Amino acid sequence: MNEQALLGIADDELIIGWRDSEWTGIAPMLEEDVAFSSIAQNEIGHARAVYSLLSGDADALAFDRDPEEYRSAPLVELHLLEWAHTIARRWLYEVADEVRLTALKDDPDAAVSGLAAKIDREEAYHRMHAEMWHDRLRDEPRFRAAVEDLWPYALGVLPAELRGELVERVGLAEVDAIERGTHTDELVPLWEEMTVVRRSAPAGAQW
Amino acid sequence: MAAAEIPHDEQAFLEYVQSGGQVETTDWMPDEYRRLLIKFIEMHGNSELMGVLPEREWILRAPTLQRKLALTAKVQDEVGHSQLIYRVVEDLGKPREQCLADLVDGKAKFHNVFHYPTKTWGDVGVIAWLVDAAAIISQKALLKCSYAPYARIMKKICWEESFHILHGRDVILAMVTGTPEQFELVQEALNRWWPPLMQFHGNPIPKDEDPMYQWRIKSQGNGEARQQFLDGYVPQIWELGLTVPDPKLRKRDDGEWEFSEPDWDELKQVVTGHGPKTEERLALRRHFLEQEQWVRDVVLAA
Amino acid sequence: MIYEVFRQERRGQPFEHAGSVEAPDADFAEAWAREQYGRRGESVALWLVPRDAIRDVEDWADEFDLKYRRVDGYSIKARLKEARERAGTAGDR
Repeated sequence: MNEQALLGIADDELIIGWRDSEWTGIAPMLEEDVAFSSIAQNEIGHARAVYSLLSGDADALAFDRDPEEYRSAPLVELHLLEWAHTIARRWLYEVADEVRLTALKDDPDAAVSGLAAKIDREEAYHRMHAEMWHDRLRDEPRFRAAVEDLWPYALGVLPAELRGELVERVGLAEVDAIERGTHTDELVPLWEEMTVVRRSAPAGAQW
Repeated sequence: MAAAEIPHDEQAFLEYVQSGGQVETTDWMPDEYRRLLIKFIEMHGNSELMGVLPEREWILRAPTLQRKLALTAKVQDEVGHSQLIYRVVEDLGKPREQCLADLVDGKAKFHNVFHYPTKTWGDVGVIAWLVDAAAIISQKALLKCSYAPYARIMKKICWEESFHILHGRDVILAMVTGTPEQFELVQEALNRWWPPLMQFHGNPIPKDEDPMYQWRIKSQGNGEARQQFLDGYVPQIWELGLTVPDPKLRKRDDGEWEFSEPDWDELKQVVTGHGPKTEERLALRRHFLEQEQWVRDVVLAA
Repeated sequence: MIYEVFRQERRGQPFEHAGSVEAPDADFAEAWAREQYGRRGESVALWLVPRDAIRDVEDWADEFDLKYRRVDGYSIKARLKEARERAGTAGDR
């Protein structure tokens, strides 16, 4: 089990789930608000499942590290409270995640491959949703510009050996990736808000 | 007698609904009935939507993954309810965009409780447990609404609300059995939320003077709803060692609850758009509505 | 476009009208109805139908007494009593 890689996946799901949950109540239409919130909840659920593979205390792993210890990719950390960028990120992330999960389903560790298969099945809805929006907005200049903005970040979600697949599916020329390993400026404020209540009580307090 | 057979006459219609008759979207209805119905149901939709805003900040701050999921699901339900409700309003003749435009322009009302700030995680528990409880009492009474499409969505709404209260109570229980500071957070939140909660069901108009009851849009008087709330939830509050900030609160031998008269002026001020957080929350709504207009234009056009 | 949503709670049960969603096409209607009417596992299947495809049918003529073809058109008490008395089985009740 490649723990660092799995931690990266869990952190990606936690942070993108946290970002996506920000849209609850303010999405462009009510029907989409409900659907989008389900996607955010699924992501948090995936994070929890992967954390549980790595530790007996998923909450501690999710919340009690310092910001520098998170292994999230810059793509998910960006604060994008604007729909074109949000949906562009959703689409790019889903494509990258599918590439990643396909590889993980072949993992020699049965616990990992089993979990990857489970997550993959739930992701079917996310992909359908992302493709639907991509089809609708593909000719919209705002959306195309957002995809181009986020493309270097999207490449950074995957290890180098899997990027070829992503390039093929997205249909953009490969550029220098914004690599996992350094964090954006946005992570610290996110972490502070995410942990403010938790840090207000001693470690181990029940909530 | 089916509604299709009722003469197009206000008195006959009144007798029909007062004897339990149900009305569908395509049935004839008096203009006054339609007007009151739209106003009432629209206010409900607005309330569900505005109710999201006090709670959504806490989704981001939830201290465990479980609480984050539960709170996100609860708030998602509120949005879902607003979708159901605005669809009903639209089928009665007022489009959703118009409802939302009136809301952000301050021309439409929403329930008092959603005009107040949330300050701590204690508020999260109190809102989910007690505000939702107050709401569900009204919502259960609406299951008998004479306008059938609205009564039908109330069924789904009530079913979903039942987990909200349980979730709220679970949050509270974790805190009141936690550290002394956590207990205090709950008590402090309860102290702040009690007055708006007591105002929530509205001032006690007698049923026969309430047009909403006359038309059987509401099937329960305001005072009755409040009594039900007190009867159901004060014992639950007291049994945790929490106090209610009303020295006059007590249950009489005849079963009626006595309490200090709520501040009806405050209620009026707040629901007419002068609550502590009204402006800020409407501004947030307006901002995102405007920012994302292009999405609706692209997606919903033809 | 308004899509009416019919949901089936469990296999074998009838599809019942559950509500409606406003969507530009069937794909969006599906994506949205799936969550609005199924996120709690409360439905095993949905039917999504454009509102325009639905024909509303509401009144029937009932001018002549056609009760012969309904259960409430039959009142057998009096004759049954007489038949039992005749057969001597009236007291066995």
